[in-house]
Amino acid sequence: MTILIENIPYLLKASFLTIQLTLISLIIGLIIGFFFSIMRLSKNFFLYNIAYYYSFIFRGTPLLVQIFIIYFGLAQLEFIRDSILWAILKKPFWCAIIAFSLNTGAYTSEILRAAFEKVEKNIIETGKSLGMSKFNIFYKIKLPIAIKQSVPAYGNEMILMLKGTSLASTVTLIDLTGASKYIISTNFNPVEVFIFAGSIYLILTFLIHSLIKLVEKKLGYY
Amino acid sequence: MELLAFGDQGWGDEILRATFITIFVALSAFLIGFIFATLFVFFKLSKKKYLNFIGNIYTTIFRGVPELLIIYLFFFGGSSAIMFVSKIFGYDGYIEINAFLTGAISIGIISGAYSTEVLRGAILAIDKSQFEGAQALGMKRYVYFLKVITPQVLRLAIPNLSNVWQITLKDTSLISVTGLVELMRQSYIASGSTRNPLFFYLFAAVIYLILTTFSLKFFNRLEKRYNFS
Repeated sequence: MTILIENIPYLLKASFLTIQLTLISLIIGLIIGFFFSIMRLSKNFFLYNIAYYYSFIFRGTPLLVQIFIIYFGLAQLEFIRDSILWAILKKPFWCAIIAFSLNTGAYTSEILRAAFEKVEKNIIETGKSLGMSKFNIFYKIKLPIAIKQSVPAYGNEMILMLKGTSLASTVTLIDLTGASKYIISTNFNPVEVFIFAGSIYLILTFLIHSLIKLVEKKLGYY
Repeated sequence: MELLAFGDQGWGDEILRATFITIFVALSAFLIGFIFATLFVFFKLSKKKYLNFIGNIYTTIFRGVPELLIIYLFFFGGSSAIMFVSKIFGYDGYIEINAFLTGAISIGIISGAYSTEVLRGAILAIDKSQFEGAQALGMKRYVYFLKVITPQVLRLAIPNLSNVWQITLKDTSLISVTGLVELMRQSYIASGSTRNPLFFYLFAAVIYLILTTFSLKFFNRLEKRYNFS
C-alpha cells in the first residue's frame, strides 16, 4: 500500500498525458472524420473510394499495428528521415497522436456518414422548394440534424479513444497505463495499482458520459 | 519476397503459424466471453438487487478500463498469485504462467463484458408475449428459455456479436506484450532481426484486414440466413 501512495503523484502526472493524448486526438480525429464523411457522400468515384478504403483499412486493423507502422515502420524510410517530417515522426508523442487521430477519424467518419444518410429526404426537399442554395441546405439543414443524431455514437467513440490511448505505452510514452505497468513490474503489486489506475479511467469515462448527456440535453432530445 | 520464404531463410512459416495462434486465441477468447456473457446477462436481468450490482460492476469495469491495463493485471497478477501459493509449498522462485492462457482469459473476460450488453439488448428486444405464451403453455422455465427465448435472442444478437468478434480479434494483438508469439509478436521479432519493421508490420496489417473482412462476410451470411422477418 505504501508503494502505491508514494507513487500517486507519478500516476497522476501520467494521467495528465492520457488526457492530453485523448483530447488532441479527438479534436484532430473529428476534423478528419468530418472531411472523410463528406467525401463518402460525394458522387465522385475517386473521393468516394479514398474515403471508403481509408475507413475500411483503419477500422479493420488493430490500433497497435497502426501505431507500430507509424513509429517503427516510417523511421525506416530514408526519404522520411531526410525530410522536415522527421522532426515530428521521431517523437513518440506525435507518432501516437497521428495514429490515434487517423484511427478515431475513421470511426468518426462512419458515424457522421450514417447520420448524414439518415437525414430524411423530404426535409431536404423542403429546403429546395424554399429556394435554398445547396450550400445553405447543407449547413442549415443537413449538418445540424446529422450532428444531433451522431452525438450518442460519438460519445462511445470518445470512450474508446480514451481506452485506446493506453497503447501509447507501447511506444515508450509514460501514460497512465505505462506508469502502472512500470510500478507493477518493479514492485509486483498488480491489484492495488490496477484498482487505482482503473478508477482514474472510470472517472474519465464517467466525465465523458456526463458531457455527452449534457450535450444531448442541450440539443433537446426530449 | 525473400523475407516471406518458408524454411530457414524467410519468415513465411513463422508468420503463418503466428496467424493461426492469433485466430485460435481470438476464438478461445470469444468463446470464454460468450460463456461469461450468458452468466452475467442473467445477473443483469435478475430481480435481485445484489446480482444486478455484480453484473453492472462487471460490465462497467471491463468496458471502461483499457484492455492493456487489464492484460497487465492478469499477466502480473496471475503469476504473482501462483507464486504466492507456491511459496506456501516451499518453492521460492519466479514462475511465469502460460501466456496463451493469460491472453485468452483476459481478452475473453473483456469480450464477455461486451457480449453481456449485446445479449441483454437482445433479450429485452423480445416481445413480452413470447414469455407469457410459453408460460401459458405450461412450459418449464428452462424449457422455454432453451426452446423459445434462446433461438430468438441469438438471431437478434448476430449483428452485434459480429462487432464483438471484430473487437476481440483486434484486441488479441495486445497479448503480444505478454510474450505470446501471435501475429503481432512474430512481426516484432521478424522486424527486429531483419531491420525491416515497415514491411512486417504492413504485412501483419494486411493479414488482420483479411481476417476481419472474411469474418464480417461470414457474419453477414449468418445474419441473412437467420433473418426470417
